[in-house]
Amino acid sequence: MMKKNNSLLLSIPYILWMLIFTLIPLGVVAYYALTDPDTGAFTLQNIQDLGMFLPTLGISTGYALISAFICLLLGYPVAYYIAHRSPVMQKILYMLVMLPMCMSFLLRTLAWVGLLESNGIINSLLSALHLKPVTMIGTPAAVILGMVYNYLPYMILPLYAVIVKIDHRLIEAAEDLGCSSSQVFSRVILPLSMPGILSGITMVFVPAVSTFYISQKLGGTETLLIGDVIERLFKSAGNPNLGASLSLVLMLLVFICTGVMNRFGSDEEGGVVV
Amino acid sequence: MSKELIRLQNLTMEFDGERILDGINLYINDHEFLTLLGPSGCGKTTTLRIIGGFLTPTSGEVLFDGQRTNDVPPYKRQVNTIFQRYALFPHLDVYDNIAFGLRVAKLSKAEIQERVTEMLAIVGLKGYEHRRIDNLSGGQQQRVAIARALVNRPKVLLLDEPLAALDLRLRKDMQNELKRIQQAMGITFVYVTHDQEEALSMSDTVVVMDKGRIQQIGKPEDIYNEPKNAFVADFIGESNILDGVMLEDYKVKFFGRVFNCLDAGFAPNEPVDVVIRPEDIDFVPPEEGHLVGTVTSVTFKGLNYDIIVDFRGFKWLIQTTDYQSVGAKVGIRLNPEDIHVMKKSEYSGMFGDYSSYSAEYDELTEDADDEEE
Repeated sequence: MMKKNNSLLLSIPYILWMLIFTLIPLGVVAYYALTDPDTGAFTLQNIQDLGMFLPTLGISTGYALISAFICLLLGYPVAYYIAHRSPVMQKILYMLVMLPMCMSFLLRTLAWVGLLESNGIINSLLSALHLKPVTMIGTPAAVILGMVYNYLPYMILPLYAVIVKIDHRLIEAAEDLGCSSSQVFSRVILPLSMPGILSGITMVFVPAVSTFYISQKLGGTETLLIGDVIERLFKSAGNPNLGASLSLVLMLLVFICTGVMNRFGSDEEGGVVV
Repeated sequence: MSKELIRLQNLTMEFDGERILDGINLYINDHEFLTLLGPSGCGKTTTLRIIGGFLTPTSGEVLFDGQRTNDVPPYKRQVNTIFQRYALFPHLDVYDNIAFGLRVAKLSKAEIQERVTEMLAIVGLKGYEHRRIDNLSGGQQQRVAIARALVNRPKVLLLDEPLAALDLRLRKDMQNELKRIQQAMGITFVYVTHDQEEALSMSDTVVVMDKGRIQQIGKPEDIYNEPKNAFVADFIGESNILDGVMLEDYKVKFFGRVFNCLDAGFAPNEPVDVVIRPEDIDFVPPEEGHLVGTVTSVTFKGLNYDIIVDFRGFKWLIQTTDYQSVGAKVGIRLNPEDIHVMKKSEYSGMFGDYSSYSAEYDELTEDADDEEE
């Protein structure tokens, strides 16, 4: 009993923090989303107006899914490689994966602008080699590149955490029962990595679907994402009510996505840490 | 019974320059229950892993049915393994774990169903098909591991301390069960353990190992009754081991006295180790004894008393149902069949003295829960 009271006492600062900076703002967002910008009266008009953003929402989801998938393809071999090194090497490689996250997200994205610009570093190199310059900035590929680059560590780390815990004896047991190395992978290693794959996808997908900075800097007019729209509604368009309703719906969508992922995951293997 | 199945020829194994196995020569017959027995670090698990294909020996040959198999990967061998702590697949239920090898071998669904069901009955897990692995008790997991290996109908089953994680009672039950399954299915078992009682009660053949070398190969009775050196005598059961001199065939001298014995074939006056099992010694009144000593400690063990008797400064362990009180003068008689003579070896003088009786018991309990790598 004593212990329980103590832990409650100690968690009060965080509970207060959550209350003031998460729950109350959420309430404010919901309030704005459901009220008329002029009269302040309750209305569902904002939600109904969201129909016009459906194509943007579709594009955002598509970009985020593609990025998550590319991150998985790139990240899995890396995570697997790290997990099978010596403990010291694992720590070093883990640090290297984390290292880009120590630098400002904005700066990292800006660096890509410098690289990809029409007269940026890559094109300067190409013209120095007497090759034709390539348009890179402002394309969907550039946006996806930015997402993959920024969110790849969020894929590698959960994958690594899961793969490193796979008992080596399970691999020997599978070999013993007749599995070639590719069968060991598909029948044992991959299914046991599932929790890491799911949480990796979630951790890439969620920030990618709502990003606005990457698409603003690296994308063109046709790569307007839902995050950009929300930002614009609050700032230049001056319609916080519509922006709030869009935020609310986006949040619900993300909740549903992670919920589905978790459900899918817990069928496979004891539950997923997201 | 006696067709040779596996032969290990001059196996050596080195890790980082350290010699783990040193000239192992062993053959294993079809349908045999063979146990590799020894303390941790003796090389028994390494030997098993070489047979399973998980390790390639530094030098020497592994022959399976007369074919060299040194470099054959595990998945191509007709051998299955039961691992220490089972290594069951946590993402699969009981049924899928057992069906694993059959699915890899691409058997038909109907046949898989039939064989898994049959196996579930053999190991007594009917009705557990769709249980998750982590919802099973240790004994049940053990049974799944047995079923998962045997369902593939291997020629040889390798067992790496399969019962070490179970409590005593369950271990006894599983010992009987394993022996029953082995006999019913007619499969060769190669069993690794550090538990001498387990080895003696289950095996057709016991291979005692220490320091990467085979110390003795034989039937359980022979290993117990005719240990080859002081290490085997001490590791298999309790032994009093004394310095003696073999005067001639059937005459051995120790403690300044000549005894008749059943051993022959030594050089005249060859120094030897003499083994006397604690349970073979009977007390007699002091005046009738070959030797007379003083009781220094008595411990009640349930079945018997462990009594330590001091004979001229050398302490013997005697196991008897006759109670003696501490400080009593006792005599003992030794019949020829109670005396076993061994050649001197590198282990001479290291074992068989009960002067530090209680300390040795502590060591034994420590040994029981170690794990070999």
